[in-house]
Amino acid sequence: MSDARTAILGRLRAAGGSGPLPDLDTAVLERRQWPAAERVERLRKGMEAVHTEFLEALPATWPAVVRAFCDHEGLKNLLFGPTCEAGVELAKGWAPGGTQLMPYDRSVEAFKDELFTGVDAGFTSTVGGVAETGGLLLMPGSAEPRLMSLVPPIHIALLRASTIQDTFWSAVKSLGWGRSLPPNALLISGPSKTADIEQTLAYGVHGPKRLIVVLVQDLA
Amino acid sequence: MHAETEILFRDSASKALLDPQLRANFRRAMDGLITKRRNQFPDPADLQDLRDLSTAIRSRSLLSLPELLEQFEANCTKNGIQVHWAETCEQANELILGILRSKNAKTLVKGKSMVSEEMHLNAFLESKGIEALESDLGEYIIQLDGETPSHIIMPAIHKNKDQIARQFSQKIKDAKYTEDVDELTAMARKVLREKFLHADAGLSGVNFAVAETGTLCLVENEGNGRMSTHVPPLHIAVMGLEKVVACLEDVAPLYAILTRSATGQAVSTYFNLISGPRGTDEKDGPREVHLVILDNGRSRIYADPQLRATLRCIRCGACMNHCPVYTRIGGHAYEATYPGPIGKILTPQMEGVGVRHDLIHGSSLCGACAEVCPVEIPIPEILVRLRREATHEDVGSNVIGRGTGRTATEDWAWRLWGGVLKRPALYRVATWFATRLGKALPAGAPLIKNWTRTRSKPVPARRSLSERMRAEGGSNE
Repeated sequence: MSDARTAILGRLRAAGGSGPLPDLDTAVLERRQWPAAERVERLRKGMEAVHTEFLEALPATWPAVVRAFCDHEGLKNLLFGPTCEAGVELAKGWAPGGTQLMPYDRSVEAFKDELFTGVDAGFTSTVGGVAETGGLLLMPGSAEPRLMSLVPPIHIALLRASTIQDTFWSAVKSLGWGRSLPPNALLISGPSKTADIEQTLAYGVHGPKRLIVVLVQDLA
Repeated sequence: MHAETEILFRDSASKALLDPQLRANFRRAMDGLITKRRNQFPDPADLQDLRDLSTAIRSRSLLSLPELLEQFEANCTKNGIQVHWAETCEQANELILGILRSKNAKTLVKGKSMVSEEMHLNAFLESKGIEALESDLGEYIIQLDGETPSHIIMPAIHKNKDQIARQFSQKIKDAKYTEDVDELTAMARKVLREKFLHADAGLSGVNFAVAETGTLCLVENEGNGRMSTHVPPLHIAVMGLEKVVACLEDVAPLYAILTRSATGQAVSTYFNLISGPRGTDEKDGPREVHLVILDNGRSRIYADPQLRATLRCIRCGACMNHCPVYTRIGGHAYEATYPGPIGKILTPQMEGVGVRHDLIHGSSLCGACAEVCPVEIPIPEILVRLRREATHEDVGSNVIGRGTGRTATEDWAWRLWGGVLKRPALYRVATWFATRLGKALPAGAPLIKNWTRTRSKPVPARRSLSERMRAEGGSNE
């Protein structure tokens, strides 16, 4: 269909731009700034409003917090990325018995049915958060595959307070997402939801029914 | 897909007005959306700044559209996304069929895509033996009944809970009757998870396309978009050619104003950035990603400096939520893919101002749509322009069907009007008769009866304004 391409681009070019490019005044985005402690509170408030649950943790104790949650909920297993930094740390002290750690270490085709029906929860790290609206920033990839935060009914996400940015706009800039992106990157602000039936909110329509944020207090 | 004969908006609108259930469903939903949007913009100055920025970004993108499209295509290709171009919906449908057949795909799960609605893709694929299943809950609900969306963001907004409860109990296997929204949602989840798991391919739309990084941005709450684009081995995306912007920094304010304007949410549950198929060391994600860029009249709209503003649209639906006409008749009465104010200017430009002549007149030009539009599209001004196009063949215009809406009666009426206004003596005689005899004119007289059928007849003043001015000693100055 390169004929279509040539014809379409030809028409657009023939129409031509008219006038100079308008200036972009980004002051409205720049004035959305908060001190670090307030960023944590804003993120939390924004995400709790859409049913996200928070667990407080410290840099040294977060794996134990994850474990305690899993045991308390009686989870059969927890899917994790065995090669990513957080995954390694989580597995290090994981005591046998109770919730089983399940590594996502093969291609999805090898266990698609099990992933959809036999996994209780998925654990991922994050690369940051958004204070203005609430939201986690994730960069799935080989160490933490895409479906870990989507298919299991519970998603547990590790968020370090120091990585929370003011806005999505400032996060894009500081993470360098504007220049190049991995095959998948995303923002998550809560568990899956819908209001398609009479504007009534219902949670857990296709993705996770619960989103648990393990918030690591690492602010100086 | 162009209609041959004129589609009469007045007939379908009149019919919709007589359906009290439909009107109640829309009134309740639109009132809720208006309130939720208002709560998201507590500071009018902030809102205006964000609108100005968003408008500037969309205008800039359109000014360099061909260059951005080429850059976008080059970066997508570099990322491993295969890019295809389609002039028409027919071409786009054939392209998608070709891609599916090359992979021997028999089942397709769909995330929400208005462009695929514009293409009537589902019906096309079904006719070729491929199952195309909508997975957005609203789209799934209407697909079960063979309906089309009545709103671009909330496709099943015309139905209430009882209607959906009845429908699920009849159409979903082993489903019991329940009016509990959580239970209804759980039923759909069960059916659709099974479909995601086994589908051969997934299809999605594109909310924003980023030229600099070769990225497709998807905004959603349900997760069905992520399921459709990450679970099946093949992902096909479709987009209108106007969706591209220069860089991801440009997307941030557009995304912020989109969710707030659309559903009154500060942020959606998911904002998914797709820049390629499964990488060599990745364990999931589609093996192939294809993108179909559709024109379908957009390059023609682009060529007109005034009408080009139509293409700034980010499809938030705020114009329909605030429209006094849409709220009363709902989306189906428009008999078009895009209903409401944006549909009123987009549909006639795609299909022709002749066949859609009735639609461009079905507006009071109240301006509510332009007032809430996040990218400041002057919808009433464009409507007025299209009304002129329908009856004139202006030099330099490329609007389809221009001049075909002209009728002898209207022509004659305007000529008479102009003739009278140009001759002061005649004008005085005419107003003298109108003020003295207008009252006696029967409500059922020709031309007047169209107005008086549902309204009382206007009664002219006993003396015209100029007569009174003269009598009271005013001058013509």
